[in-house]
Amino acid sequence: MPEGLNLNKIIAQRGMSISDATKRVADLGWTPSYVQEAMTFPTDYKIKKTPRDPMKQVLRSYFPMQEEKDNRVYGALDAALRGDMFRNVQPRWVEWMKLFLAIIPFPEISAARSMAMVGRLAPGEELRTGFAMQMVDEFRHSTIQMNLKKWYMENYIDPAGFDITEAAFGKCYASTIGRQFAEGFVTGDAITSANVYLTVVAETAFTNTLFVAMPSEAARNGDYALPTVFLSVQSDESRHVGNGHSLLMSLINDPDNHLLLERDLKYAFWQNHAIVDAAIGTFVEYGTTDRDKNKESYAELWHRWIYEDYYRTYMLPLEKYGIKIHHDDVAAAWDRIVKSNYVHLTAQFFSVGWPVNFWRIEAQTERDFEWFEHKYPGWYAQFGNYWKWYAKLSEKGQTNVLFNADTGYTYPHRCWSCMVPCLIREDFTYDTVEGKVYTYCSEQCRWTHKVAFAAEYEGRPTPAMGRFSGRREWEECYHGWDLADAITDLGFVRADGKTLVPQPHLHFDDAKMWTLDDVRGHILGSPLIGFRALSDAERVTAAAEYRKGFTINPIN
Amino acid sequence: MSATTGKTPQKSGAAGAAQFAGWDSRKYNYFEPKGRKASHYEDMTVDVQPDPKRYLLQDWIISFADGTPTYDERWTEVKSSDWHKFRAIDQEWERTHYQRQSTIVGMISNVIENGRRSGAPKRFDKAWVKTLSDHLGAYKHAEFGLGTSTMQAQRYGYTQMINNAILTNSSYKLRFSQDVTLYLGELALDIEGIDQEAGKHHWLEDPIWQGTRHAIEAVMGATDYLEQYFATNIVFEPLVAELFRSGFIMQMAASQNDFMTPAVVSAAEGDYERNLANAVELFSILALDPTHGEANRKLFVHWFEKHGQLAMLAAHQMQPVWSLPRVKVAQFSDVFDLQKNRARAIAAEIGFDVRQTLDR
Repeated sequence: MPEGLNLNKIIAQRGMSISDATKRVADLGWTPSYVQEAMTFPTDYKIKKTPRDPMKQVLRSYFPMQEEKDNRVYGALDAALRGDMFRNVQPRWVEWMKLFLAIIPFPEISAARSMAMVGRLAPGEELRTGFAMQMVDEFRHSTIQMNLKKWYMENYIDPAGFDITEAAFGKCYASTIGRQFAEGFVTGDAITSANVYLTVVAETAFTNTLFVAMPSEAARNGDYALPTVFLSVQSDESRHVGNGHSLLMSLINDPDNHLLLERDLKYAFWQNHAIVDAAIGTFVEYGTTDRDKNKESYAELWHRWIYEDYYRTYMLPLEKYGIKIHHDDVAAAWDRIVKSNYVHLTAQFFSVGWPVNFWRIEAQTERDFEWFEHKYPGWYAQFGNYWKWYAKLSEKGQTNVLFNADTGYTYPHRCWSCMVPCLIREDFTYDTVEGKVYTYCSEQCRWTHKVAFAAEYEGRPTPAMGRFSGRREWEECYHGWDLADAITDLGFVRADGKTLVPQPHLHFDDAKMWTLDDVRGHILGSPLIGFRALSDAERVTAAAEYRKGFTINPIN
Repeated sequence: MSATTGKTPQKSGAAGAAQFAGWDSRKYNYFEPKGRKASHYEDMTVDVQPDPKRYLLQDWIISFADGTPTYDERWTEVKSSDWHKFRAIDQEWERTHYQRQSTIVGMISNVIENGRRSGAPKRFDKAWVKTLSDHLGAYKHAEFGLGTSTMQAQRYGYTQMINNAILTNSSYKLRFSQDVTLYLGELALDIEGIDQEAGKHHWLEDPIWQGTRHAIEAVMGATDYLEQYFATNIVFEPLVAELFRSGFIMQMAASQNDFMTPAVVSAAEGDYERNLANAVELFSILALDPTHGEANRKLFVHWFEKHGQLAMLAAHQMQPVWSLPRVKVAQFSDVFDLQKNRARAIAAEIGFDVRQTLDR
């Protein structure tokens, strides 16, 4: 064979250029003249400029690429089993996956549905191919995550909680927080939900903590499956970031859109922070057994991914288009994480509520305490006693921590906006909307409900904007119920009809596992019902008292 | 366990390392499988989109401005006693979808590469080349229209099973519209004189295609997502799309020295068999609904009448295309009769009668 000749050179033939291929594909659309397409998902934005597809990809190259990515994922899962991954996996970690993987497939498929909403809005056809790929990507993410969850269920020591996953998703107080995230992608103004909330903020900013930072922690806990699946998922996100940015650029040049963009960036950033940081921060910091002081804390990860990577290089440049960026909210979110212990308070809340969870939470230990104090100075003084109480009260026969008055913990109000409880007590606020009193974790969440999700914004009619609805305070659903009856109604009872799915420890031993009898006799109540029953003056006093917070009692 | 030792009591986290309440509960247990045991597709799909009638304790928590919730049964005129009964016949979830799509892409790529390498396009009959560029070029827009319609429709379904079946339908249609676009572009590299703009011109202007465009735009403009899915698979595909793909391209091409185009177009026929199976399953369940079946069947007759009339007109307007090839091996009237029988059989399978529309 002559030098330099190889198979590729022999079989190579002239093909279409990528730019020609994308140009031809983009020309598939036309403006209908016989029957007009109905704008069934309205927006208050105006889109005059045709968005461009920065990825310039066609389905012919997309499908084989995705199949190859899948082959790597499924091969790795097989390899993990052959390597006996579960023998060395940390149960503390996998237990949290029962919650995380119950939540995430619905936001993913909601993102697929939302592509229908933006697909028709954007003029021109170029970006429609990008939206079509994202639609199929999200279908991939939803079902690949259901597969991963099934794989955990089949191979992990305690499948309880995985086996009821989608039923649990519909009923649990914690997964409802994730549903606020998912419904936010597909409900209300199409641009607010499917572009700003989903792609511009959730996918561009917060998937980095969700799908990059969290898998790293999984690997530290002997779980190689989550990084395998989620880093593959994240590799699709760059396409979605491109879609979002392209559509944003087609909106931003019209000054008429600026007011709404400012509203939506504020709402989307704050609510993504409130939801994602509560959940992922807890998984990363409290689901791990790795206490290497050289690794980044969640706060450090947040600074890298959200502050440096997103805020400084994505959000700030939007100012040159005349958009007002809410720097104060970014600073406030950072302060909530590093000064107000948002993640730690969330983990504390999840553990207080363990009897109505569908996963196990074990106590943090001295080794954990040392790491937390190193990364978050002052942590021990605020949370050390609590986790000691939790450890003591995790033993079967004790009064569960949710109802044990000895600890000094007081149950929080629920935020009507982000659905996370009002955990930073000094930030607690409330307001009246359409004649009813609601409670909020922060001023930003009050603004989101009262000002952003309304029929007009700063004097401008916003008929397409969504509304908060449903029984948003979970506690109201079981107001006046016995705890054991509520757990039964939730379906969080194992096949023997008495042992709870959730446990406050990692003992895989019937003798130590809590049953319905161990939690019976305590009555659940709705903080909001009680708060609404107060007079105006009493409410002022109660709010002031709430803002003072509580102190965990010393434990002997 | 001591609270402060940090020692996990169990050494292995593997299944079977300990036996305790629930240790062997290793199947999703919250839905009724269609068969004796749940398929992998069902495990990946069922109940991922929640429903207040099943497990959604707190109801939908965001609504549109008029109070319509995130998902609403009223987004179609069809009614069902149990929206959760439907399972897609093709059982697609992400892995099988990518495998199948990727296999098709590979098949088409091989055909085109090997055909071009052997110089096949240059041997196509010249009249046929113009037919491909003008009319296959026009038809690709119809496929794209169905792809975007189903992309829109997959937002509205009341269950994950319905929406995912519509989503994969959209994915297949959009891929095929691009397959044809890129195929014609590649032919143009080898055959001088192929006008890549001609297809769109004929789609927008040529009387032969105006009926088809009208029928497609009627699907795109429908605001009922199940009407879109119905019009696509129960009406347009058998009466117009298969008529053109199978009844014209695949039957005529070989006689015009063209072995490549039928292979490219055959992918769409395979796609349709799967989409049709899913659609027939869904509409059969709805037609047989114990409470709403009769009303649903009447609605299906109405939809077939509405879209069938447009499709019949489209088919008739397309008839001159059969006269264009130099070697004529198929007659419009024969293939159209076959396609009408096909549509009649599909409707009968679902449980309604369409002779009134087809025999007109």
